[in-house]
Amino acid sequence: MAELGLSEPRGLALGRLPLLGAILRSRAATFGFVIVVAWAAVAALAPWLAPYDPTMIDFAAAANPTPSAAHLLGTDSVGRDLLSRIIWGARTTYAVVPLSIGSAFLLGIAAGMLAGYYGGWLDHLVSRLGDVMLAFPALVLYIILITAVGPSMLNIVIAVTLAYAPGVSRLARSQVLALKHQDYVKAAEARGEPGLYVMVMEILPNARGPLIVDLCLRAGYTVILIGTLGFLGLGLPPPTPDWGGMVVEGAPLLPVYWHMAVLPCLAITSVVIGCNLMADGLREAQA
Amino acid sequence: MISFIARRLAQFLVTLLAASFLLFAVTEFSPGNVASKILGPYAVQSQVDLLYDKLDLGAPLLERYGRWLGTLLGLSDNTLGDPAIGLGLDDPRGPRYFGNLGYSLMLKEPVVDVLAQRIGHTVALAVWAIGFIVPIALILGVMSGINAGRPLDRGISGLTVTLTSLPEFVTAVALLLLFSATLGWLPGTSALIQGDQWSRASQMVLPVSVLVIASASYVTRIVRASVADTLRRPFVRTARLKGLSPQRIVLQHVLRNALIAPLTVILLQVNWILTGVVVVEAIFAYPGIGSLLLKAALFGDIYVVQALTLLALTVAVGTQFVGDVAYMLLDPKIRLR
Repeated sequence: MAELGLSEPRGLALGRLPLLGAILRSRAATFGFVIVVAWAAVAALAPWLAPYDPTMIDFAAAANPTPSAAHLLGTDSVGRDLLSRIIWGARTTYAVVPLSIGSAFLLGIAAGMLAGYYGGWLDHLVSRLGDVMLAFPALVLYIILITAVGPSMLNIVIAVTLAYAPGVSRLARSQVLALKHQDYVKAAEARGEPGLYVMVMEILPNARGPLIVDLCLRAGYTVILIGTLGFLGLGLPPPTPDWGGMVVEGAPLLPVYWHMAVLPCLAITSVVIGCNLMADGLREAQA
Repeated sequence: MISFIARRLAQFLVTLLAASFLLFAVTEFSPGNVASKILGPYAVQSQVDLLYDKLDLGAPLLERYGRWLGTLLGLSDNTLGDPAIGLGLDDPRGPRYFGNLGYSLMLKEPVVDVLAQRIGHTVALAVWAIGFIVPIALILGVMSGINAGRPLDRGISGLTVTLTSLPEFVTAVALLLLFSATLGWLPGTSALIQGDQWSRASQMVLPVSVLVIASASYVTRIVRASVADTLRRPFVRTARLKGLSPQRIVLQHVLRNALIAPLTVILLQVNWILTGVVVVEAIFAYPGIGSLLLKAALFGDIYVVQALTLLALTVAVGTQFVGDVAYMLLDPKIRLR
């Protein structure tokens, strides 16, 4: 094909580069991308970046927890270094969010593409199931799971997957319906390619734009959700450093030592803003 | 049109039934677990086994769901309050009535009574919040949409992007820091206790504000997108070519068309507010059903969690139904089909 000057099927030749290109074309998306990647680096390099063990208690510092030369961002009320806890807290967010968003998109895209491509009873089944699941907000779903089996990371992943997969599935389905009558899809079908190949290699690469925007938005929501769970005491057990948990520990001392609650709030908010800016920038790049 | 509504109503009931089965299946999947939840952490195994037999928890899941539904609809007795079981649970309405949601294991009271004490507070919170969200979002969204790309739009859009990125508890911490800790104008908790030094109204300000900030910014973005999109349609150009004034175009032509899509989003916000309510009530110790749900979940009070989730599901599926019908009434293109 190459010698005829024809391009390879899109999904193979373009690879990852156009996504990065699309991000870099928008100033907002670039800014968001930098924030998200910077926090990812912090999470990955936590053991080397953090000046202290996040669970180590400095009794002397607890007497005066405000920022000092020894503790750049101060300590929390029991004398644990706040900077180290924020750095390690990034790990919690960056472990749970990609895992739960990844499984939600895997399930949602698979269900939505099958429903859209084959139609018929399968489509009806997926749509009705989606309607039922959409009635459960993610937080409520997680609360039901806690009541039944108790809090755990696996349950957070299950709750987010089940809560977000129906929305993803609707989007994937509408994309398939819009694309399945395109000539390149017809051509692949005429070649006798199996349905799975057509969906994954022909339709999915062309449907990915709106899906990636949705992914960024939902990643932002999930960061909020994980923070909220930590804040409500439903997240991972202490002393795991977790941003939401740090906020709730610091909140009673707000009138005296505001930094204990405000700094982890800023960390959470910056990641969410990063995700939302990427979503906005990419959406405008596609429009 | 009648057939459309009837079809949607049937769909509403089926969805609700399926969702309630799912809820029942998750909370009562393991029957041994149900018996030990009822008896609490200090029960001995023999007691758990005895209760297991008395409540016939060994029956298949579907049969137990049928019984649960029967109790809820007032068709069969709730055996949990039976003196022979000896849990000390008592319902003045008797064991059989419509809307029997069982007993709160945490408070040792019928769930209906527990709900009745608290639901009014939550409804007040939600009504106040929606009362502010809708006008604020419409005004800001329309202003932003008709000025798309201009500095006013950039300002509003920048603000709303930032505010939608804030989790409710972050907004709450910021507002508490400013209005409660620093200025001392408003109370830090909203327990609504009689004789508190703060008036009830002052206790409502911060919880309502947090909900408004979290939701209004999102709805504003939807309204803006819809208005900006409508302005690009051909009929707007036609109106402009006819020489109509910009005000008239916006008020008479654009808004009617642009506000149909956000309507469903506003209805879905009711759903979103449900989640927000749990968080806000927990932060401000507000005595509504959101903070109750959280306490019940941590206690393992399965019947309260079931009842509150069922309520949330009904509201969620119900708003979808209302949204579909309203959409049809507003958009003649759909009505004719």
